[in-house]
Amino acid sequence: MTPEERLDELEEALEEQLEDFDCTTTRADGELTLVVPRDDLLPVMQRLRGHRDLSFEQCIDVCGVDYADYGVSEWVTTEAANVGFERGAEREPHEVRPENRFAAVYHLLSLDKNVRLRVKVFLDADRPVVDSVAGIWASANWFEREAFDLYGILFAGHPDLRRILTDYGFIGHPFRKDFPLIGQVEMRYDAEEGRVVYEPVGIEPRTLVPRVIRHDARYEEGRKPEQEAEDSDA
Amino acid sequence: MREIRNYTLNFGPQHPAAHGVLRLVLEMDGEVIERADPHIGLLHRGTEKLAESKPYNQSIGYMDRLDYVSMMCNEHGYVRAIEKLLGIEAPERAQYIRVMFDEITRILNHLMWLGTHALDVGAMTMFLYCFREREDLMDCYEAVSGARMHATYYRPGGVYRDLPEQMPRYESSEFVSEREAKRRNANREGSLLDFIEDFVDRFPGLVDEYETLLTDNRIWKQRTVGIGVVSPERARQLGFTGPMLRGSGIAWDLRKKQPYAVYDQVDFDIPIGTNGDCYDRYLVRVEEFRQSARIIKQCIQWLRANPGPVMLDNHKVTPPKRAEMKDDMEALIHHFKLFTEGYCPPAGEVYAAVEAPKGEFGCYIVSDGANKPYRLKIRAPGFPHMAAMDEMARGHMLADVVAIIGTMDVVFGEIDR
Repeated sequence: MTPEERLDELEEALEEQLEDFDCTTTRADGELTLVVPRDDLLPVMQRLRGHRDLSFEQCIDVCGVDYADYGVSEWVTTEAANVGFERGAEREPHEVRPENRFAAVYHLLSLDKNVRLRVKVFLDADRPVVDSVAGIWASANWFEREAFDLYGILFAGHPDLRRILTDYGFIGHPFRKDFPLIGQVEMRYDAEEGRVVYEPVGIEPRTLVPRVIRHDARYEEGRKPEQEAEDSDA
Repeated sequence: MREIRNYTLNFGPQHPAAHGVLRLVLEMDGEVIERADPHIGLLHRGTEKLAESKPYNQSIGYMDRLDYVSMMCNEHGYVRAIEKLLGIEAPERAQYIRVMFDEITRILNHLMWLGTHALDVGAMTMFLYCFREREDLMDCYEAVSGARMHATYYRPGGVYRDLPEQMPRYESSEFVSEREAKRRNANREGSLLDFIEDFVDRFPGLVDEYETLLTDNRIWKQRTVGIGVVSPERARQLGFTGPMLRGSGIAWDLRKKQPYAVYDQVDFDIPIGTNGDCYDRYLVRVEEFRQSARIIKQCIQWLRANPGPVMLDNHKVTPPKRAEMKDDMEALIHHFKLFTEGYCPPAGEVYAAVEAPKGEFGCYIVSDGANKPYRLKIRAPGFPHMAAMDEMARGHMLADVVAIIGTMDVVFGEIDR
């Protein structure tokens, strides 16, 4: 069976097995994405893991995404004809909609059926809580800790939701789009005090290459429906 | 009555057997591990966040620095994700070069693993043997990219340049006599492909040499047989991939099951273990040495017979040739735009995975149509393996922890990212 045929089969099985849930599937670039309402995540995942036609035995990856800056361009060509690259890259504060700001993205793999599935759950900014799937896949344990650490997404029912990658005593969630790339504090050893001290960062943030979104004619055609779907998600 | 309590032991982050900066907090009952709590993140550099602030191509170099003993495989994963996003496919010759270098990388990685794992467990000689062969393979890296480790050789749309016609040679100096230089240059007279062929012809014999030292070695078996046993069910549950999964008896290899590049054109076998212990994983990786050499050999034959382009001619994504830029305005503009702004792939999201030496290395890219990735998530194979530390080490002795860390083949560059 070709990968495409396997995906067709999976799409059918998903439709059949998940009809009592309000899920949407999209297919692009030979990959299937399933968007699940946040309250239904646990039963949907249990079915994905347990049902014979789906049997996703492996949770390959869990990660967070912050959609706060999605589709925001730092440099618009039509308006910036006589403005230099660097000056044009000044970031304008823009409105961030709190609903569906975060997403938890799960990549599942079925060794048996040899297919992959991406499951996405959108979360609000003021209460980014979603049920933990660590009880279904043991591998999700650390992945969820990572998503919590970097994005502040809370996984309800997680056995041990501690920070994992950042320093002991770190404040904030560094991969959020409103967290500066250069960070908030810098650390050095103070010889006089004889200990390590933390201070606000002393360097200026700068943009070497601005974010540019080109409306490329080559991609406008076939990509449009998906692009719109993405935009409304953001 | 005397008070008896568990002893908490701090293993690392500065410990030669911790393979980098692993801090392991071990709760011990005498010499038996009750609980292991790995503290990771001491090498966290925020690669994914850095990638969000740069055009796509500028992050290829960061990929080398993730798993810094299997550099080109990481690049392959990232480059394939970009290619998938752009909807382009590298020329066939580039695909063969990539497969060849992926397998060279696999040998490089496994040599590093075997040397350090054996060293941790007490076999000094292995370390010396393995690093001797690594040196030759590093020279291959250097010949194609100019760098011994951090190559940045794969690019979206192909590889940076074709294989060199002449292998770089040693020169005699006041420290190296003419005769000595000539001896060292014995297998460097021809092209890079000749040099690699000479290596893969020699290599199976060298693997036999390693096996003579270890496979039936009483001490090696005492230290690895029955240590860190993972059942197939648990291996799936814990998200294991690569040799860790195959050691538990599951025949899963992305090169076979979801072939990418030209892996469906070459002939090779997947070794699997039966018991899921450290010794079986050792046997699996040793067999992978031989299979990789087999794949490289087939690639050499194909590459000799089929010259051709190694980079796409699509100058929206790949840079034009220097010579073209001298008299072609279009080429100059393309070059300028590519190196200042980069390219804008269409909006969407992709996940591309390759079978890196340690397991599944995947890149998940979310694009909003900008010249930088909106979100890049790197799925490092070592991360779930490290997460299984507690389960694998529980009930074992302290000395076995070293064997378990060794068998996981951990590299903190990729776990901490």
